[in-house]
Amino acid sequence: MLHQVGLTSAEELFDSIPRDLRLTRDLNTTRALSEIELLAGFEQLATRNPGAQRISFLGAGAYQHYIPTIVDHIISRSEFFTAYTPYQPEISQGTLQAIFEFQTLVCQLTGMEVANASMYDGSTALAEAVLMAERVTKRSKILVCGAIHPEYLEVITTYVQHAGIELLHAPADTATGQAGALDLLDDKIAALVVQSPNFFGCIEDVAALAEKAHAAGALLIVTVTEAMSLGLLKSPGACGADIVVAEGQSFGVPLSFGGPYVGLFATREKYARQIPGRLVGEAYDKEGRRGYVLTLATREQHIRREKATSNICTNEGLIALATTVYLETMGRRGLQEAAAQCAQKAAYAAKRIGELEGFSVPYTGARFNEFVVRAPVDAKQLLARLASESNITGGLPLSRYYPDRPNEFLVCVTEVNSRGEINALVEGLASQGKM
Amino acid sequence: MKSDITKVTTHINANEALIFERSQPGRVGYRLPALDVDEQPIGDIVPQKFLRDDDLEGVPEVSEVDVIRHFVRMSTWNYSIDQGMYPLGSCTMKYNSRLNEKVARIPGFAGLHPLSEAEDAQGALQVIYELQEDLTEITGLPGISLQPAAGAHGEMTGVMIIRAFIDARDGEGGSAKRRTMLIPDSAHGTNPASAHLSGFSVKTIRSTAEGLTDLDHLRELCAGGDVAGLMLTNPNTLGLFERNIQEICSIVHHAGGLVYMDGANMNALVGVARPGDMGVDVIHLNLHKTFSTPHGGGGPGCGPCCCTKELEPFLPVPRIVKDAGQFKLDFSYPQSIGRVKAFLGNYGMMLRALAYIQTHGNDGLREATEAAVLNARYIAHGLTSDYEKPFNAPPMHEVVFTDKRQARKGVHTLDIAKRLIDYGFHPMTIYFPLIVQGAMLIEPTESVGRQELDQFIDAMRAIAREAQEDPELVINAPHDTRIGRLDEAAAARKPVLRWKPKQVATTA
Repeated sequence: MLHQVGLTSAEELFDSIPRDLRLTRDLNTTRALSEIELLAGFEQLATRNPGAQRISFLGAGAYQHYIPTIVDHIISRSEFFTAYTPYQPEISQGTLQAIFEFQTLVCQLTGMEVANASMYDGSTALAEAVLMAERVTKRSKILVCGAIHPEYLEVITTYVQHAGIELLHAPADTATGQAGALDLLDDKIAALVVQSPNFFGCIEDVAALAEKAHAAGALLIVTVTEAMSLGLLKSPGACGADIVVAEGQSFGVPLSFGGPYVGLFATREKYARQIPGRLVGEAYDKEGRRGYVLTLATREQHIRREKATSNICTNEGLIALATTVYLETMGRRGLQEAAAQCAQKAAYAAKRIGELEGFSVPYTGARFNEFVVRAPVDAKQLLARLASESNITGGLPLSRYYPDRPNEFLVCVTEVNSRGEINALVEGLASQGKM
Repeated sequence: MKSDITKVTTHINANEALIFERSQPGRVGYRLPALDVDEQPIGDIVPQKFLRDDDLEGVPEVSEVDVIRHFVRMSTWNYSIDQGMYPLGSCTMKYNSRLNEKVARIPGFAGLHPLSEAEDAQGALQVIYELQEDLTEITGLPGISLQPAAGAHGEMTGVMIIRAFIDARDGEGGSAKRRTMLIPDSAHGTNPASAHLSGFSVKTIRSTAEGLTDLDHLRELCAGGDVAGLMLTNPNTLGLFERNIQEICSIVHHAGGLVYMDGANMNALVGVARPGDMGVDVIHLNLHKTFSTPHGGGGPGCGPCCCTKELEPFLPVPRIVKDAGQFKLDFSYPQSIGRVKAFLGNYGMMLRALAYIQTHGNDGLREATEAAVLNARYIAHGLTSDYEKPFNAPPMHEVVFTDKRQARKGVHTLDIAKRLIDYGFHPMTIYFPLIVQGAMLIEPTESVGRQELDQFIDAMRAIAREAQEDPELVINAPHDTRIGRLDEAAAARKPVLRWKPKQVATTA
């Protein structure tokens, strides 16, 4: 082939690169490994992640749920996972129809009218929602209810730092754990941002917050980190939300040390042309056959460049597909049952832990599957002892984000945690909490 | 009533309805263990007013086999890399190794919670650390963050780093005067969109007739003193290496700006040349392009951001560092732009990319680059007699042609792309870069052999002949697909973006 194109050596392929810029040595990366060596290496590294082998009650934005076997099977099909963004609809209808179903499912669950083809994750979806609220309202302040996931708050802080948007904070009520007074909510506020269930696991009164936001002429952005709650709780849309974003990881996506996950983004139809990211719509060919295409592209970066609604291009296609397969497999009844089991098991765990001497479950707000526990001792140390002696990850020490709350930790219980595991957690806490 | 008739085509595969149209009340495809704690009335746990009252109406009720058949049938409507060459320019559609998929699914990684304590996740953190080391070696830039989730996210991160650096260097007053980002007219649309997110206004640099950055225009734009930086793709989107890259960097640096390189085209450089040696200050990589993590029908990606020592303090936090033999999350960078994503990034992609680097080895990485460039060169050579090649210079890993000759017969780039489908290939990237009228950007990657390259060239030459002899055949393509060209204009005018149940006729 080299001769055919008129060259005598591979080096000549790079003649357009000035000689002094060319690497004259081998890269200092490993020699080539065989499959056997590679797997052995990674398997060995995996053994150094004891966190993956424990009974776990860790949630806080990433959740352990049952994943039907067929999810991974479907997304492992070549035709899905080795395809590109569906720019050529005639040979991409599989991906396009799946995204159309995804958009529909997201609308149904969130109670909204339109949803996009996915964002990177819940945190960046929230940041994009904030930017969209500014575009829609032409107001530049955002009021964030205190009990939002701290990492989500960090992400939106990064995103808005050069956008002329000011973030204001409304602290959570210290008794209920829910949104507190909203003194800063006025006619300069573009949107009120609330997470429900919130970071402390408490369910917010979204309908009441929507009313307050709308009275001030602001939008209500609802963010959901535990999407499973949508199987049980009144949808944000039904409560009056204007933009709903969620982390979709709970729907069939492994924990995988933080990603890839999938951001869900839904809003009202009147804002469809302000949505960031890709949208799939129905279309017909000359014969009248139904198909699907990427649509409303004039919002996007490849057409609008710096005036686009977002810079997003690659999103989370395959993870959105996993979510779609999950939701269709679990279906209407499976989602309801899994969500109800989460709430029942968490209620059982909270009751048992709350009865332990020295422990309390401080917040009075209603909860879905997570709750804060106040321990009689330092929570980080308590959880470390529980891990080493009972092989249980008992939750997240709140001191990770709130150094002034050393004795508190966040517990998450899902349908995969058996009664036996919950009892083991309770017994472990009882014995470690005495030290 | 025509729309109610299910059109019978060759096989039921071609007629798979939306899942919502298959739903049957009472059908299920799952089973959970029975609830094993004492059940309370749900209203005692969650107040009634917070409970869903729509019974999840519309969410499908189907069996497991319904779901399997649904998606398997739909999958047959897709073209994929595993079926053949996927020559989308600028997208680097290379083979996605199954071994990498297996690595990402090892339970010790796939089941690991992102908020695990560092001592419970040493193996996972070591993977991040090793990939960081390899990518900094490959780019020649020592600072790195793997947090960004995709290319555009990495761009935003890189541009914010430039902004933070200039703010720190020039102070508030000085920095406010530097709010211009220079971007060539051939750039990806994400570049200006990302610059805008960081509060920059964009000025466009012209390309020369040779397809390279116009140095005179660059000097002129840099003379204003308002330039914060330049975003440059190299090789550029025409598939040409910017041979004046050192001079370009030096012009921008002398004007007080920084150089951002869009690493979308790194597949032409790995093991051959390093952006850090060229004078580039910050770059993003696309693990889903150069490092073979699957594109997945539109993601997930992973867009690591690499930078000079000087810019390192501004990288997102947390950084993954090694301290006395232990890997840990380090938050102690007060000048950091902050966090760009919850947790640590698209970790599953990092596992796959590291597996790619390790299975290729250092010599294999360079060989892949050579093969990618040779393949593009071979296509360039094979098509020049039939298609107009707007730039003379030999291309790197991708080559651009135009429809100039075919357009005289009324056959345009879109038609050629659609006709290619009939020949069993995915089309190339079309109408990009924007500066080339009727552009066809072809990137074969290293994952195709000579036989398939010849087939592709034969197909393209056959289409060129058809364009002369029977233009209608090309203009009406594709002829062999399940559906024909869809009316995209109508779809955008009255968008239908979700399924809704059919309106039940009401007797008013």
